[in-house]
Amino acid sequence: MSAVPEFARRYDTLVVGGGNAALCAAISARRAGASVLVLEGAPRFYRGGNTRHTRNMRCVHDSATAFLTGPYSEEEFWDDLLHVTGGRTDEELARLMIRRSRDMLGWIAEQGVRFQPSLGGTLSLGRTNAFFLGGGRAMLNALYRTAEDLGVVIAYESEVIGLDIADGRFESALVHRDGVRHTVRAATLVAAAGGFEANLEWLKEHWGEPADNFLIRGTPYNRGTVLRMLLDCGVEAVGDPTQCHAVAIDARAPKFDGGIITRLDCVVFGIVVNRDARRFHDEGEDFWPKRYAIWGRLVAAQPDQIAYILFDAKSRDLFMPSLYPPVEAATPGELAERLGLDPAALERTVAEFNAAVRPGTFDHTVLDDCRTEGLSPPKSHWARRLDTPPFYAYPVRPGITFTYLGTRVDGDARMRMADGKPAANMFAAGEIMAGNVLGRGYAAGIGMTIGSVFGRIAGQEAASHARN
Amino acid sequence: MHATDALNEADRLMTVCNSCRYCEGLCAVFPAMELRRTFTAGDLNYLANLCHSCGACFDDCQFAPPHAFAVNVPQTLASVRAESYRAYAWPRALAGAFDRNGLVIAVVAALSVAAFILGFAALNDPAVLLGAHSGPGAFYRLMPHNAMAALFGAAFLYAIVAMAMGLRAFLRDAGTPGRAAPTGVSLWQAVRDAGRLRYLDGGGVGCVNADERPTDRRRLFHHLTFYGFLLCFAATSVATLYHYLLGRVAPYPWYDVPVLLGSAGGLGLMVGTAGLLAAKWRRRPELRDDARFGMDAAFLAMLFLTAATGMALLVLRATPAMGVLLALHLGVVFALFITMPYGKFVHGLYRFAALVRYAGELGRI
Ligand SMILES: Cc1cc2nc3c(=O)[nH]c(=O)nc-3n(C[C@H](O)[C@H](O)[C@H](O)COP(=O)(O)OP(=O)(O)OC[C@H]3O[C@@H](n4cnc5c(N)ncnc54)[C@H](O)[C@@H]3O)c2cc1C
Ligand code: SF4
Ligand code: SF4
Repeated sequence: MSAVPEFARRYDTLVVGGGNAALCAAISARRAGASVLVLEGAPRFYRGGNTRHTRNMRCVHDSATAFLTGPYSEEEFWDDLLHVTGGRTDEELARLMIRRSRDMLGWIAEQGVRFQPSLGGTLSLGRTNAFFLGGGRAMLNALYRTAEDLGVVIAYESEVIGLDIADGRFESALVHRDGVRHTVRAATLVAAAGGFEANLEWLKEHWGEPADNFLIRGTPYNRGTVLRMLLDCGVEAVGDPTQCHAVAIDARAPKFDGGIITRLDCVVFGIVVNRDARRFHDEGEDFWPKRYAIWGRLVAAQPDQIAYILFDAKSRDLFMPSLYPPVEAATPGELAERLGLDPAALERTVAEFNAAVRPGTFDHTVLDDCRTEGLSPPKSHWARRLDTPPFYAYPVRPGITFTYLGTRVDGDARMRMADGKPAANMFAAGEIMAGNVLGRGYAAGIGMTIGSVFGRIAGQEAASHARN
Repeated sequence: MHATDALNEADRLMTVCNSCRYCEGLCAVFPAMELRRTFTAGDLNYLANLCHSCGACFDDCQFAPPHAFAVNVPQTLASVRAESYRAYAWPRALAGAFDRNGLVIAVVAALSVAAFILGFAALNDPAVLLGAHSGPGAFYRLMPHNAMAALFGAAFLYAIVAMAMGLRAFLRDAGTPGRAAPTGVSLWQAVRDAGRLRYLDGGGVGCVNADERPTDRRRLFHHLTFYGFLLCFAATSVATLYHYLLGRVAPYPWYDVPVLLGSAGGLGLMVGTAGLLAAKWRRRPELRDDARFGMDAAFLAMLFLTAATGMALLVLRATPAMGVLLALHLGVVFALFITMPYGKFVHGLYRFAALVRYAGELGRI
């Protein structure tokens, strides 16, 4: 018997995690009649992991709605997924998710979540993605209210540090709370504890020393402990441990939890140089939303994992503002000094770039004809000379959004064991199993779709298993 | 750098929010913010007065304290808003009235009530002051109608002039001049938005106050207060018309229009202000602007007292208590009038002006 009353009884379903996937699972299990305990490792304010930082989800819909500008078909969703993953996806699961996403907006709204048209600055997603009114934390608040009203028991600051699993059957979890360990029993387990992006040691296993310079965009609580334990207990792994969603974010951002406001959308407007003041990739390859997520890896491959986005006064107001002001100077040389770069080297890079820019008609809304010639790497679009002071720079580092290594599941969100057998009573949802659908790459809003669809399925399946 | 800490903090927050924009759909503040990339003091005063303090963006913010970014928009904008009342006060010499506003209002009210009681006692025979009067003109036996009209007319006029000057300063400062001159359309939009307190609804579910569960109670109480106030104003207006156009002299029978309007309005005011005061009392500390509690409470108390003394006068007007009650009521109303430009009353004015500007900006840019 445990001293904490809510840990004393045996539940039908134990949900580990407190984000979108966990809450969708908890609510659907409860609605299916199960008694449910949610164990959230974070304190109440930080509940909901990376879901707190989200703003939208991508779902199939047949027609425009009050907050979506047009239809988004299953085929189109599938094509988009195929495109971003380069085919590294489990087609059966992916198609199931896409099919089931059609009901998701309605179901999520029934749980009290409200939507709005796409946010200012994100018009490119207005047709495919439904935005949460008030953002991810508002969404979570609604889910928590609904879960509480339904009688789901929620325990905060309750980190799961051990799982008792034998032969693919979950028996109990060891929970750490207020310095005390408790054993919690349940008939079924839903693991929805996110990825391991906040676990720097684990990231270092795959990335080596450079991982020390990574910034973690979201919660410090997603340390992958539950994922590790599941894999160690014989659950089959899925996804490449070196794959993660990484973008270039402001290097001045805090180590953890800087969220969306440290992102920078100005790469296409200028040039990006490394510590040696050299360019290293085509900044104008394609529209920013399509290239957003390659820059984390590109910067990670540079010395000291740092780079600088340079632009001039012409571009100052063309992109979404971000948290920190750019470093400013009257000349590129002075800018280099402020940034701690070699002024002569930066001046040379800028001069070479300027000399290579061909005349064209600048238009950042199309793939315009402003490009460089005879420069390596080239800038294929939106290339304009850096010639109008003041000059500006943002220092950037790799910002890790989430990791892809996860637990293999089947269409019931049931984990599969390494020996190929289905787990007896263990289910997974959200980032912890996202690798089934996302072998690599990412399309905005899929993280929430994976969490909601598989969370809902996991909850239903766990409840019906527990009650039989 | 701005002149005050609150403005600096608001500037910092608007930079954070402008990079985030997740709250864009909750109210008017965020879309107005998005039209700007830098913020002058006037911009911040404008945004602060657009905020209805519904609290939604606090509970919805992933960067709220204890997060290191410590984003608390409702509380910061409340401080800026209160400071803006002081900044735009006219004449400048009286701006200090906002500093310890609760005390100032209480003192003015007490003095004003005392003046009426003493004045009545000095000018009237004790038998008149403490006697029972009835029939038309009963009130005016204590204070001649013309004296009453002149005194209150002057006080009201002063309040209007002082507030108009404040409004002028606010409009000059808030937002780029000429960019959004009010049009009939933006005025009408603002009337509708203010009339239903569109932005006190937390983006649709209601505002948060004592806990994290949204309710619509503050909106309801504010409606009762505001429309109660309007009804009382209407009652006075009808009575004035009766007096001058029809030659009908107060007090009026209970079924007559001024009394019906006044009673409904008075009840609304009493229930509404009591509800708002209770809500203020129970408000979560993170959402409160404690430094301004006195100002808010004083204004609510004045409205409540205006209504309560008016209602008492209505009920007891045929008894010997009438003389003292009348002095009490007139004292409170007089104090309400002359302190209007130096108290929470101006929030309605600046907020309305901000809504007009907002309707203009969003329609035109
Ligand atoms: C800045 C940012 C913006 C994003 N924007 C979007 C977006 O707009 N749309 C989108 O689809 N995706 C977005 N994502 C990705 C999205 O956040 C994730 O895909 C999604 O949150 C995953 O949901 P989840 O429930 O699986 O995990 P999370 O929401 O991260 O929840 C995991 C939970 O598990 C808890 N936990 C971890 N370990 C333990 C333990 N041992 N014991 C108990 N509890 C534990 C954590 O505290 C946390 O509550 C964004 C990510 C970031 C960082
Ligand atoms: S209050 Fe918080 S969530 Fe809302 S816009 Fe500002 S930073 Fe974003
Ligand atoms: S009106 Fe509400 S949502 Fe808007 S800024 Fe004020 S408190 Fe925030």
